[in-house]
This record gives sequence, C-alpha cells and structure tokens, in this order.
Amino acid sequence: MIVAERKPLSQIAEIMAPYKRICVLGCGSCVTVCLAGGQKEALETATALSIQRQNTGGTLETEAFTIERQCEYEYVDEVAERLKGYDAVLSLACGVGVQTIASRLPEIIVLPGLNTHFMGYPLEQGVWIENCLGCGDCVLHLTQGICPITRCSKSILNGPCGGSQDGKCEISKDLDCAWHLIHERLQNLNMVSTLQEIQPPKNWATSHHGGPRTIVREDVRIDNGE
Amino acid sequence: MITGSNLEKVINSGEFVVTGELGPPKSADVETLKHHAEMLGKHVDAYNITDNQTAIVRTSSIACGALLVQLGLDPIMQMTVRDRNRIAIQSDILGASALGIKNLLCLSGDHQCFGNEPGSKGVYDLDSMQLIRAVKNMRDEGKFIGEEELEAPMSMFIGAVENPFADPFEYRVDRLEKKINAGANFIQTQGVFDMERFREFMKRVVDRGLHEKASIMAGIIPVKSLGAARYMKNNVAGITIPDTMIDRLKGAEKKKEEGLKICIETIQECREIEGVAGVHVMAIAWEEIVPEIVERAGLYPRPEL
Repeated sequence: MIVAERKPLSQIAEIMAPYKRICVLGCGSCVTVCLAGGQKEALETATALSIQRQNTGGTLETEAFTIERQCEYEYVDEVAERLKGYDAVLSLACGVGVQTIASRLPEIIVLPGLNTHFMGYPLEQGVWIENCLGCGDCVLHLTQGICPITRCSKSILNGPCGGSQDGKCEISKDLDCAWHLIHERLQNLNMVSTLQEIQPPKNWATSHHGGPRTIVREDVRIDNGE
Repeated sequence: MITGSNLEKVINSGEFVVTGELGPPKSADVETLKHHAEMLGKHVDAYNITDNQTAIVRTSSIACGALLVQLGLDPIMQMTVRDRNRIAIQSDILGASALGIKNLLCLSGDHQCFGNEPGSKGVYDLDSMQLIRAVKNMRDEGKFIGEEELEAPMSMFIGAVENPFADPFEYRVDRLEKKINAGANFIQTQGVFDMERFREFMKRVVDRGLHEKASIMAGIIPVKSLGAARYMKNNVAGITIPDTMIDRLKGAEKKKEEGLKICIETIQECREIEGVAGVHVMAIAWEEIVPEIVERAGLYPRPEL
C-alpha cells in the first residue's frame, strides 16, 4: 500500500491560512490503513486546525468526511457538488488523490495534508517499511523476494557493497543491509552461487527516470473492447 | 602491458608495490596537493586521487589526476558511481584517458548522507561491478554500455576495491572474484587492522588462485592518535579496529610513534602474506608521514622502471 504521514500541523495551518471555510477530506484506502488520512485523522485534523485558528484570533469553519478512494473519478464525482461548497479542500489522501481531485474538479482548490512517502507494508504496529520503488522492471526473481532497488541505499544489483557490517547498512545501524538479507536467503535456499553472475546495468527507462509513465491497455479500454 | 602506467610496470616487475593517496582540496587552490604529490614523489609508485571522498565536495579527481600527469607522476583516478550516471561516467573515463590518466579505481562511494550535501540526489545508475565491466568493455571491446562503438581505441588499467572486513565475510572472496571476472586488474583493500581476518581472507583468495589474476594491495591507514582510532572504529563505514589495537595505543606513552609502529608492523606482516602484491597507504591529512613509513618499512627506494 501507499504509506504517508500527516504534514506538521503548523505547515497545514500555514497552507490553509487564506481560507475561512474548509473541508478536510479523508481517504478510505491505503492512508486509512496506515493511520495517516482516514476518517479519524480527518476529524482530528479539522479540530486541531479550528483550535489553532481560534488561538491566533481568527475563525475557521471546518467539516470532515471521508470517501472510499480519492484516486478514482467514480468516488470523487459522488462528492463533487459537496466539495464545491468550500473555500478549499484539505485532502488527506496520498499525492495521487490530491491530483485526481485537482484534475477532475479544476474549479476547486485542493491542497495536500499529507506527505506521501512510499509503497510498503506495516512490519508491526506503528512501523512501516518501504519495499517497492515501482521501477517497472521487477528483479525479485533474482533475489528471491527481497528488493535491492528499494531496500539497498545505493540500489545496487551486485551487492553487498563494502559498507555492509553486522547485517546493517553503512548509512544507519537501524537499517538492514538488503544484500546481507539476500545473501542469507540465497544461502538458505542453496542458491548463493547465482550471485556470481554479473548483473548488467539496469534499464532505468522503465522507471520514473524514463519520464512520467502512462500505461495504456488496449485490451481493456472501453472504447476498444467489450 | 595494458597502459604502461608506472603502477602497472612496478606490478609486472614483481616488486612489492607501494601506492599513496591524495585528497583534493575543498577549493580550487591545488598548491598543497601538488606539494604533497611532489613530497611523496620518490616514495610511492602511484597516487590514488579520491573522488569527493565521504561525499564531501572537493576539486574533481579527474582535474587533480591531470595535474599529477603534468608533474610527471602516475595518478590512480578514483571514480565513484554515486554522483554520475552512465553518460557522465563514460564521458569522464574518455576525458581522463585523453588527459593522460592511465589507472582508474572503480568504487561505489560513501553514501551522500555522510557528506556536506546530504540532501543531494544519489545517482547509482551503475554499481561498482557494472562500472568495472563498463571500463573493460570500452577498453577491450571498444564499446560503450549502450553497445555503440568508440571512435578510437582507449586504454585504462582497471582497479577495484574490496573490503575483507565487511560482512558477510564468507561472501567477500566471492565478491572479489566477481570483480576480477568483471575486469579488475588490481585490487586495493580497505585499511587492514584486523590481521587475523585479513590472513583468513588472503588464504581463501590464494586457494582460489585469485592473486594470480589480479594484483592485490593491502590497505594501510597510519593512525595518529587514540582519538583517531576510536573515531574510525565507531564512525567510518567499512573499517573495523580490534580492541587489542585500541588498548595498545591506550597503553603507549607516545601515541603517534606507537601508531607508526603499528602501521609499519602491519606493512611488514602483509608483505609476508602469500598473494599480497603491495600496500596502499592512506594517510589522508597526514601525507607528510608517508616517506617515513615507506623508509622504515624497508620499501625505499622505489624501483625506477
């Protein structure tokens, strides 16, 4: 899922300062699960912003509600009229949700309440780990399910580098060395000799480095298929 | 002979090799660098020129390497994959060769978070293994990574690094072998302090005959003080310092002299180890001590070839 964190309240207050009547819009998908932008956080944020505004001698009218997914026109359309009734919408979705609303409802001011961080999963309650960069050319078959592109600080394909010590990455004693984990896993699977193959330079053109990406699937397009 | 650099000549002569290291300045004033280069001139066979070491902005290794060429000295230009993509890397390799640089040391580089621009974007388009292979292909196949052909042949003596003290230990010799297979002609190791581990590493290297495929130079770091030893032990990526060495420095009256003794003993011990072709002395910010180290280790005068 997409993992995000709420922006500092002070920054949100600054972003929302020009507006008197705002909607804090939660998103019911990834950011609800990672406790950053669901209904609970939307209500909390609305209340906190009101108090902050009062404390600085102003008034702020807020409403908070949540839709299933801000990243799909279908759900955005359902609340389009309602959203038009505010000076601005503070979206507690990931960057995708904010942009979906901005593109679908260009007459609305929609602003980000979260910092979107990564694709990952919860390791335990309160801890999330990044494990996919969406590079567009998955290499997990080479490394038996541990992504070096995401989890190695240098995204190297022929690791571990000389900075790997006691299973940790050179950049932090709290960070596992992905290549140490890969080596360990391949050893357990009796496949460690596969590491001797020199992996050639990666084609980064399939990633964001090739420019913003669009996927077109003719087979499933409504105007072409059934 | 590949490039006929002084380094390659000394290696081929069978003499025990001594290389030094120079760190470019955080300015465009290269007088100190030139001074150090000339001071070590008769005591080392070639000089590593670091490439924005520990991710701190300095004059480029290619420029400083070219300055050494002008002085008639033999630079080993370091190149990391941290700051350049494959376009810039290949372009700089051509440029280095055009400027008379004959040795290139390929490495990944310390992560940008360690330096003075921690907010910079790390490139890592290639890794060090792919860099070694890329230089080899430019040299031996006349081809760029993208398969296009070079318009004229290019030569480079290719070096790589290996850290016998990094983990997992059992993979370190495999990795060295992989780098040699990728195209490394010579190897410099991380600074040796844990002699027991280094001996074990070299034993495995020799068992596989890797020392016959590439020349392996042991990294030597002279330690000036107890504080420096402790700092390296705790803060420098990839360096391990045994407690016995810390205790030895702690117990010594003259720390600097004790540090030098340790350094010279390490060189002499490395010289006795089968498969070690030379030493690479890294005395960054203590360059003036190198002649004394080389002389006291019995490695002076250097061969003139």
